[in-house]
Amino acid sequence: MPLLEISEISKNFGAVVAVDRVSLAVEHGELFALLGPSGCGKTTLLRLIAGFELPDHGHIAIDGVDMTEVPPYRRPVNMMFQSYALFPHLDVAGNIAFGLRQERMERRRRDARVADMLALVQMSDYARRRPHELSGGQKQRVALARALAKMPKLLLLDEPLAALDRKLREETRLELIGIQERIGTSFVFVTHDQEEALGMASRIAVMERGRVAQIGGVAEIYERPHSRFVAGFVGAVNLFDGVLVAGFNALALSVAGVEAPIPLAATVDLPEGTAVALAVRPEKLRLSPARPDGFAIAATVASINYQGGVSIVHLTITSGHALKAQVASAAAAAFDRGMSVWASWDPADAAVLTR
Amino acid sequence: MNLWGWRRWLLIGPPFLWLLVFFLLPLGVVAAISLSQSADTIPPYTPLLIHGPNGLESQASLDNYRLIAQGDLRAYANSLGFAALATVLCLLIGYPIAFAIARAPKAWRNPLLFLVILPFWTSLLIRVYAWIAILQPTGLLNRALAGLGLIDAPLLLIYNNFSVVLGLVYAYLPFMILPLYGSLSQLDESLVEAAADLGARPARVFRDVVLPLSLPGVAAGALLVFIPAIGEFVIPDLLGGPGTLMVGKVLWQEFFDNVDWPAAAAVAMMLVALLTAPLLLAQRLVERKA
Repeated sequence: MPLLEISEISKNFGAVVAVDRVSLAVEHGELFALLGPSGCGKTTLLRLIAGFELPDHGHIAIDGVDMTEVPPYRRPVNMMFQSYALFPHLDVAGNIAFGLRQERMERRRRDARVADMLALVQMSDYARRRPHELSGGQKQRVALARALAKMPKLLLLDEPLAALDRKLREETRLELIGIQERIGTSFVFVTHDQEEALGMASRIAVMERGRVAQIGGVAEIYERPHSRFVAGFVGAVNLFDGVLVAGFNALALSVAGVEAPIPLAATVDLPEGTAVALAVRPEKLRLSPARPDGFAIAATVASINYQGGVSIVHLTITSGHALKAQVASAAAAAFDRGMSVWASWDPADAAVLTR
Repeated sequence: MNLWGWRRWLLIGPPFLWLLVFFLLPLGVVAAISLSQSADTIPPYTPLLIHGPNGLESQASLDNYRLIAQGDLRAYANSLGFAALATVLCLLIGYPIAFAIARAPKAWRNPLLFLVILPFWTSLLIRVYAWIAILQPTGLLNRALAGLGLIDAPLLLIYNNFSVVLGLVYAYLPFMILPLYGSLSQLDESLVEAAADLGARPARVFRDVVLPLSLPGVAAGALLVFIPAIGEFVIPDLLGGPGTLMVGKVLWQEFFDNVDWPAAAAVAMMLVALLTAPLLLAQRLVERKA
């Protein structure tokens, strides 16, 4: 039985459909990401799970128990707020103890739990500080400790890293993963940052305009996107729009402005004449000064964007399309702006998108 | 100074500054007059300093205070009691109103606040007279109750302590609601949600989060009601009975009926002394909580 089961849930705000017939399941011990652009309904979905919003349709069950109408104070989930929402009139220990006081935990056990939580987030020296005396990273730790203090079955995190600066974000991401592994609680977190989702989650639900566009493991979402939206939102991508035609021994994609049809993997099984898009990740593109054997597209180097270990080579092809290739910076040194190159890829590395 | 101290000053800072300029300075003048004696001169009191045979001599004395201390202190006790009762009632009535306005849909809040301050558009004197028309034995309320057959003889609703407290609560309620609304509307909604998320039922959310965070507003509102209420003259004079003696009335009698400025000034200074204690107490309370 999944820990969290959401079935056909919908939520409207007036005429705006925030969440539209979403179904998903989160297993025990999972680190699950709700990923999408702002306004896609991911935060509303999180608030529905927490109980701050009631759905118009559908059901939410946690550990097999229906929670659809249960008020937030009786749900076995806790939430870490994007703003952290620390109580300004209580010190760090008081904030962490808040939930334990509500369930009238006996004092000695409560103090021990607060000490454990402080140790877990490495804030033991700050127990008597007030929230306004803490840095952003410290507040984040206290918010995490407070949300975990009641040992919820499920922890909800609303943009957990958004308020931190870049360097701290990296560190905190690793810490969150470490804490999640140690305590084994399921985490569901909301993010608009695909890097954060890919770097933290075991599975991702990509959301688009209130609906789930695709659910899958991180590699699956990245390597095998189902739609143009998912391919474009999760990572950089080169897209070719075209029509399926018969190829040499498998289907191929005829793209306006590209001379030869682009060969596709043999696994593609769709009728000829279907309009599809082909998605190729920049790091899958191979560049060579000489024409390689087999399929290749002639291109001109428009610019090279150095990014440390790797460089992004921006290309234009005869059709006027712009392509991006990610190559090791050492290899990029072989190219110059204005140079003619050949771009190719393994058909198995490209994803065919029907939507 | 912590964050809550800073916010508290934002709430009570402007009225505080106002009092400093328009209250503290005149207060010095009143204090000086309270140390002199009444005289048939213009102004009707003896100068504090006179040119005597040995140069400047002080005529200041505490005689006025001595007379007050030996006399009837009931007026002070009454004033304190009525003002305290009115403050508590204003808090009990005003808090739910302020809370409801702060929680109302955004579009409703300003119209609702407007309704709270609407009575100020009419003079207090006229509004108090309106209460007389409502409360007197042949007034609206008694006639309505009699008409409904609920009473046989008119209820004694006016010229007693009840009508004085009613008048005070009615007149000063907006002064309680406005600062309370100020601090309640600043309350971050996510704090309420966080409390509920951590297992707090609505009543506990109120006790553990909303109430402590609104204490600066409670303190500001309580002071804004208590301080003017204790020296109130119009309401006890018009709505009170012969037995309702309040400091404001004593002051009026000394000043206008007896033309004894120094005695009136001493009464006023005693009032200030009385007010200082609760003011410090309220401040201490908020500081400890914040």
